[in-house]
Amino acid sequence: MSKPSKKFDNDPNTTGHVWDGIEEFDNPMPRWWLWVFYATIIWGIGYVIAYPAWPGINGATKGLLGWSSRANVAADIQSAEDKLAPINAKLEAAELTQITTDPELGPYAVSAGGAVFKTWCAQCHGSGAAGAIGYPNLLDNDWLWGGDIENIYATVKHGIRNEEDGDARYSEMPAFGDDYLEDDQIDAVVNYVMSLSGEAKDATVVAAGAEVFADECSSCHMEDGTGDRTQGAPNLADAIWLFGGDYDSIKETVTYSRFGVMPSWGNRLTEAQVRAVSAYVHQLGGGE
Amino acid sequence: MAILDKHKILETNATLLLVCSFLVVTIGGIVQIAPLFWLENTIEDVEGMRPYTPLELAGRDIYLREGCYVCHSQMIRPMRDEVERYGHYSLAAESKYDHPFQWGSKRTGPDLARVGGRYSDDWHLDHMRDPQSVVPESVMPKYGFLEKKMLDGKYIGDLLKANAIVGVPYTEDMLENAQSDFMAQADPDSDYDGLLERYGEDSVNVRNFDGHAGVSEMDAMIAYLQMLGTLVDFSTFTPAASR
Repeated sequence: MSKPSKKFDNDPNTTGHVWDGIEEFDNPMPRWWLWVFYATIIWGIGYVIAYPAWPGINGATKGLLGWSSRANVAADIQSAEDKLAPINAKLEAAELTQITTDPELGPYAVSAGGAVFKTWCAQCHGSGAAGAIGYPNLLDNDWLWGGDIENIYATVKHGIRNEEDGDARYSEMPAFGDDYLEDDQIDAVVNYVMSLSGEAKDATVVAAGAEVFADECSSCHMEDGTGDRTQGAPNLADAIWLFGGDYDSIKETVTYSRFGVMPSWGNRLTEAQVRAVSAYVHQLGGGE
Repeated sequence: MAILDKHKILETNATLLLVCSFLVVTIGGIVQIAPLFWLENTIEDVEGMRPYTPLELAGRDIYLREGCYVCHSQMIRPMRDEVERYGHYSLAAESKYDHPFQWGSKRTGPDLARVGGRYSDDWHLDHMRDPQSVVPESVMPKYGFLEKKMLDGKYIGDLLKANAIVGVPYTEDMLENAQSDFMAQADPDSDYDGLLERYGEDSVNVRNFDGHAGVSEMDAMIAYLQMLGTLVDFSTFTPAASR
């Protein structure tokens, strides 16, 4: 261990460092590596000149190319908008009722509307628009506020019971548990409502429930319980239930009342987007 | 090879080597980090930003506690697909009262930087209790237990104080009234005028977020979610294009 290892004739020179008898060859870096290394330095200098790089007192150097992520995204959005501008203008000018039948606007509105729906509406109404408890199914023929395209458009544009849009659709069912009705009256009217589309839980109180219904409920839900779309009063006779159709769910609805809220999309989406998604929803199956 | 000989002094004195290496690394750090503290344009001035209300701040703490950030980022990147899906890209100023901020690009769930006002309180309630009831394809766990944990805001003043120490401009007035503001925001029947006066009339939601009496963790959480990304009015804001 004390003697340095034997050197061959073609060994390169050493660096001159010796540590405990260990010497270091002075091997040059491979040429290709060295040239790549120099090239990256030159490229790096070019890069800091061309792009924003060095911090200064009032901001970083701008770079000769003037690159900026904000300008890029603005340009990107603008170019997409420019491409769609002609057809969007047509969509905004078209009669709502003519959109779906128009050979050019129809397919565009439905596919653009589908994209809007999946981004903004699917979280409540489901990605397939089948809804969930408390969030209406948009595939069926049961509409709270009307299923023609004008009504769908108004609902989308202004929303329902939100605080941000003065034109939002608004209706308010009283909480009948708040001193309006006695417990046995609520029980009776719940059974009556169940009997409209199926079987009551307790058939003996249905007749009494019919009286309560006529006094308290029929002004909005109509005498036959088929509802009134102008007030957003649901049809209670069609076996389609927004908040559940079993005894307990209906009783909770009558006792505490329920209010679904939908945001005003006119505040968030463009007019063309609102029209497109209205057309999309209209053609899902229940449109009138 | 005079310079190599001098270098030998460094190589043979470990402590000196350590000190000198530290000095070299410090230069790199100063060049990269230090200017950010003085540059005027690091955070652009944006109208509308305000510190979180006590209830929102508590909701934010619950958000951190439950690890929501593991799946949800709060940073909309400046790209067309993100802007079209989530809204205007996030500004640095929108996180200036966040300690720590919630940026990130790893998303299992959607970005939440602008979730405020996008859904109703009821939707949030349904979604927290059972995410699959409204979004069947969701993999989010259930957070219904937040509803059952009631809060009294006893230590909320300390939380505000801690934030004030790291630079959030809470006023004396805000710190003193922290607990009453905390209780008032989730109770529309309370006297919440002071709360609005302190934090801003247009930007504070006073509602019974979870529909039950009292302040639960769910109230705090929904109050927080419903204000995210709503403070800056982008109809009047013009971004400096050079950033």
